[in-house]
Amino acid sequence: MSHVTQAPLGRPPVALAPTQPVALRINGALHSLNIAPWTTLLDALREYLDLTGTKKGCDHGQCGACTVLVDGKRINSCLSLAVMHEDSDITTIEGLGTAEQLSPLQQAFIDHDAFQCGYCTPGQICSAQGLINEGRAKTEDEVRELMSGNLCRCGAYSNILTAVMEVLDNQQAGLPAGEWSAGAARPHDAPAEAPKQ
Amino acid sequence: MNSFTFTQAPAVAAAVQDNLAHEDAAYIGGGTNLLDLMKENVARPTHLIGLKKTGLAAIESLPDGGLRLGALATNADTAWHPDVEKRYPLLSQAVLAGASPQLRNMATDGGNLMQRTRCYYFYDLATPCNKREPGSGCSAIGGYNRIHAILGTSESCIATHPSDMCVALAALAATVRVSGPHGERTIAFGDFHRLPGDAPERDNTLEPGELITGLDLPAKGFEKNYSYLKLRDRTSYAFALVSVAAALELDGDTIKDARLALGGVAHKPWRDPAAEALLIGQPATADTFRRAAAQVLEGAQGYGHNTFKIELARRAIVRALKQATEMTQRTDDNAFLNSNP
Amino acid sequence: MTLQTDYIGKPTNRVDGPAKVLGTAKYAAEFNVPNLLYGYVVSSPITKGNITKIDAAPVLALPGVHRVFSHENVPSLAWFDRSYKDDVAPGGSPFRPLHSAEIKFSQQPVALVVADTFELARYAASILHIEYEEEAHETELAKHLDEAYQPGKGKTGYQPPKSRGNFGRGWAQGVAHMEGQYSHHAQHHNPMEMFASTVEWLGDKKLNVYDKTQGAFNSQQYIMKVFGLSKEQARVVSKYTGGGFGSGLRPQYQLFMAVLAALELERSVRVSLTRQQMFSFGHRPETLQHVALAAAADGSLTGINHVAVAETSQFEDFTENVVGWSGTLYDCKNVQLDYRLAKLDVFTPLDMRAPGAATGSIGLEIAMDEMAYAAGLDPLEFRIRNYSDFDQAQNLPYSSKNLRACYREGAAKFGWERRDPRPGSMRDGNLLVGWGMGGGIWDAQKQPAQAQASLDADGHLTVSSGSNDIGTGTYTIMTQIAAESLGLPLEAVTFVLGDTELPEAPVQGGSWTAASIGTAVQEACAALGEELLKQAQKMDHAAFKGVKIDDVQFANGQMRLRTDLTQAVVLRDLVQASGQPKIEAKNAKLPGLIDMVKPPKYSMHAHNAVFAEVKVDPDLGTVHVTRVVNAVAAGRIVNPKTARSQVLGSVVWGISMALMEESVMDHRFGRFMNHNYAEYHIPVNADIHDIDVIFVHEEDAEVNPLGIKGLGEVGLLGVAAAVCNAIYHATGKRVRDLPVTIDKLL
Repeated sequence: MSHVTQAPLGRPPVALAPTQPVALRINGALHSLNIAPWTTLLDALREYLDLTGTKKGCDHGQCGACTVLVDGKRINSCLSLAVMHEDSDITTIEGLGTAEQLSPLQQAFIDHDAFQCGYCTPGQICSAQGLINEGRAKTEDEVRELMSGNLCRCGAYSNILTAVMEVLDNQQAGLPAGEWSAGAARPHDAPAEAPKQ
Repeated sequence: MNSFTFTQAPAVAAAVQDNLAHEDAAYIGGGTNLLDLMKENVARPTHLIGLKKTGLAAIESLPDGGLRLGALATNADTAWHPDVEKRYPLLSQAVLAGASPQLRNMATDGGNLMQRTRCYYFYDLATPCNKREPGSGCSAIGGYNRIHAILGTSESCIATHPSDMCVALAALAATVRVSGPHGERTIAFGDFHRLPGDAPERDNTLEPGELITGLDLPAKGFEKNYSYLKLRDRTSYAFALVSVAAALELDGDTIKDARLALGGVAHKPWRDPAAEALLIGQPATADTFRRAAAQVLEGAQGYGHNTFKIELARRAIVRALKQATEMTQRTDDNAFLNSNP
Repeated sequence: MTLQTDYIGKPTNRVDGPAKVLGTAKYAAEFNVPNLLYGYVVSSPITKGNITKIDAAPVLALPGVHRVFSHENVPSLAWFDRSYKDDVAPGGSPFRPLHSAEIKFSQQPVALVVADTFELARYAASILHIEYEEEAHETELAKHLDEAYQPGKGKTGYQPPKSRGNFGRGWAQGVAHMEGQYSHHAQHHNPMEMFASTVEWLGDKKLNVYDKTQGAFNSQQYIMKVFGLSKEQARVVSKYTGGGFGSGLRPQYQLFMAVLAALELERSVRVSLTRQQMFSFGHRPETLQHVALAAAADGSLTGINHVAVAETSQFEDFTENVVGWSGTLYDCKNVQLDYRLAKLDVFTPLDMRAPGAATGSIGLEIAMDEMAYAAGLDPLEFRIRNYSDFDQAQNLPYSSKNLRACYREGAAKFGWERRDPRPGSMRDGNLLVGWGMGGGIWDAQKQPAQAQASLDADGHLTVSSGSNDIGTGTYTIMTQIAAESLGLPLEAVTFVLGDTELPEAPVQGGSWTAASIGTAVQEACAALGEELLKQAQKMDHAAFKGVKIDDVQFANGQMRLRTDLTQAVVLRDLVQASGQPKIEAKNAKLPGLIDMVKPPKYSMHAHNAVFAEVKVDPDLGTVHVTRVVNAVAAGRIVNPKTARSQVLGSVVWGISMALMEESVMDHRFGRFMNHNYAEYHIPVNADIHDIDVIFVHEEDAEVNPLGIKGLGEVGLLGVAAAVCNAIYHATGKRVRDLPVTIDKLL
């Protein structure tokens, strides 16, 4: 029999850092928050701003469910502090499309059944938008590799690939593939299809 | 996660001063490893110093023909920088083999050097670990050590350094630029990371308060013959079991210069000058490669679950050198990396 | 009413698709009710022993911390085991969180810290001082095989496997033989959404519970019994579930924690588990299998022996059907089966996608491949020679079985005939190419369920049943079935689920939801049709006088006379004329005990056949699964689009089982060490290549009126074995301990 101690005493609790005002530009709108520095961007979105479209799948940068776009680039919002993004332009899934006008990726994900439970989906779509913004992936193998930062436990990968390829191909054919970030005018040249049943 | 205060440092000097002014301060670049460790209560700083405004994100050519990577340049910006792609494709390939696109967009080059091991026991407060709690013992020795080191280990630690980028930096003989309380200095890449010895809690040779400001790459980039071969448990988004950075300068079939470094096998990116010496002046043949591989693995030691790494590393070295020589399509590794030499 | 195929059988986009791609679908941890407190669970660092001290004072001194719950201060709750038994509980004594000082498994929840913010609760939990006296634990299955025992019928549905004939004689009759030991380690479901419960305090012990679960009613029953709540006090809502795969079949401990804290603090509380804590409860049990087969000169099986030993906890007997399938899938007179459990200091295992069958099919289907080689037969030909046209295990004819078509169509699509059987004979450049196959069988089950159909004055049909949609497509296929039943456009139909205020439905599991809820929905719509006819008759509609329900059809939003389609009435008008806001009906009462124990007349099963191609680097041991064809016979496919997705996912799961998944325990600590998504590997996008799904034609009027057999499990069967068999074909190496990682192929 041995003695085990969890959280040994003798290390006194640290002083709790005070909250501080943080202003975040999200989907084109400025949000003022009063939060402590230990608040991640992900928790700021979900717990303080009720923007729950961004998901928490691991909280350790190992799944991609929390992917958002910062200045058009995809990042894991769980491994970033809200206080580090005061000058950033943040786009979440809520900023990519609306019920009346889904973004091309959102529509393609529905058309190709690129999800099942839907929990990884906002992260997949934000990641795919980031991939399109990067302009690096052209082939199926490149898309597979550059979409590999987003786990999908339901296993919708091949449909995700099809959906992203369709938007990429449409983009090469001159059709819109979505925009870089919120705040900018939406370049929807072609009328967006209504959500299909 | 501890509570902590946060300041955004306006410049390098201010960052260093701020660090000295706090007892348990840490610099934060992208945060991709630090915040992970803080959530696991493995790292417990009480003050974080943001570096975003220190002006360290630039990538610029040096007068000697080399290239300077700012410490705050992101991994993605580095891998896809035209000069890196053209002159140091080995580095580009290694960076793209690591983590995920999202993480590479956040993680900085300086932060990449500061990554800590992925040892299961280091991450789990319920188990002893000398690196986390000096003197508590090494659980990996005699435990589940499939991802652990086979070279340069000690009785106190068999952890590996998890970086891909650093393996290429070791092969390319980069120099680490550092700023600290006593001014600036440079550290040869091979001297930056440590072997565990009896102080595995120290990953590197930085002094307290010192901050990485940049990485200098020498002019020679081995852009004609190189290979970064990474072997892992899935095709992407996994740490290396074994990785090899191979770079050759060929004169016909003869190797004029060679670099060979391994990842996933030691407490630091493992460059082996003796193996490189065995390659130089020799014909670029399988026999030569096998001799070099044997040299690298001469002192290798397995700990049970990871013993396969000795043979895997041997084969990976031979393959990587062959690929560097032939610059052919890779069929064993990630298809995306294959199509982007 | 006859069934028209306006919607059933047509590929249909998910009706919940827009909510999921827009991020508006709300999961359990996303109901941001006012004045919410956050709970964070503290997990045990030891595996066995006792808590000797908890010093919560420094934690409670932190401003914003409300309470630390532990066994020391949890109020008196339900006493009897039965109160803690949920619908899916196996036999034994269920684990009670925060019940005593005793530690029974690693990462056991030992305390809950409740604070104003998530961040504060997390920090406070990290400094909670707890002392333990640790005792020696036993977690290694291989060391406890001698103590393994045959479990009784603890869990509903579990039948000990039945042997038949004389295996010894069958073995002696065979001219070709094989024997093999197969194993896989523990696997964790790891749905993307971590377990969470948000409990909204409405005053006077009235709660709205937003829970991650595969069965809202199961969660409700559990908290009613444990906390002495009434049905009205314990409403459970689960509209969206971020993956289940079985992990949500039993209420997880965060539900207990959140309800406890809400009742004690009289506040709304959310408790979310961490990814690490997702490794602290049920899992697919580590199982060791032994298979021996014998075949006659013509390739017919003369003997099958399949033995399995699996882990369970010290407090419950988790059972699953691992070996039973081996007595059904192939024709053989002499079958000897045995299934045993060994008790270890772990949490009770839990059904995980295709529970039992996924495990058993690894043993049986790799063994069949080995036997085919031993008998000198092509693995497909060998299976066809042993095709079972009659269920010998149950001594019943099949209600339908079109596995032959799976073999035929799957092989054709894959190009199986071009296979050179010699291991190592096929190449693509430097890579070795391997082709392997496998397959499986799963029960076509149906559970009692209720549904309600309600037509409003705008002609909109709302159908409801308190079922769940864990990504399976329930929302969509029920909308299709309802629209079909009453001849309405899909847009005029809404299906509602995931709420204990709706008609009662079973947990979503066992592949029975489509059949069970689908039947209930169809019945409710039929009942509504009768009400609508009555209303038409009340209205003095001459054409419908004396007409029976079978004399009318529903189409285009109308009820029409079959004999004269011009005689029609618009459904909306019927509601408006009724003077009521809506006309509604429920399906008949749940069947009584007598219906449930009626002896079955048929053996009812779904089947599949899987063909896989791998490419292996002979030097480096890397494996890529480049092509899979999965042919499935599962009765009527309501929505080929969502059904295909389920099977695609199953293939990904099978590849994962074959090559990656493994919860690695360090037995010195009795603890899973790779408890995160970085080291517990599941496939990423780059691992998945061409997958073809074939649904072969299969009509079955016996399983249920809709002819549905269910799809959640069957697609996974045989996939891992097919990959392993393909690796053998490529390399000549027979790996029998999964997963097949690089080190095993060097």
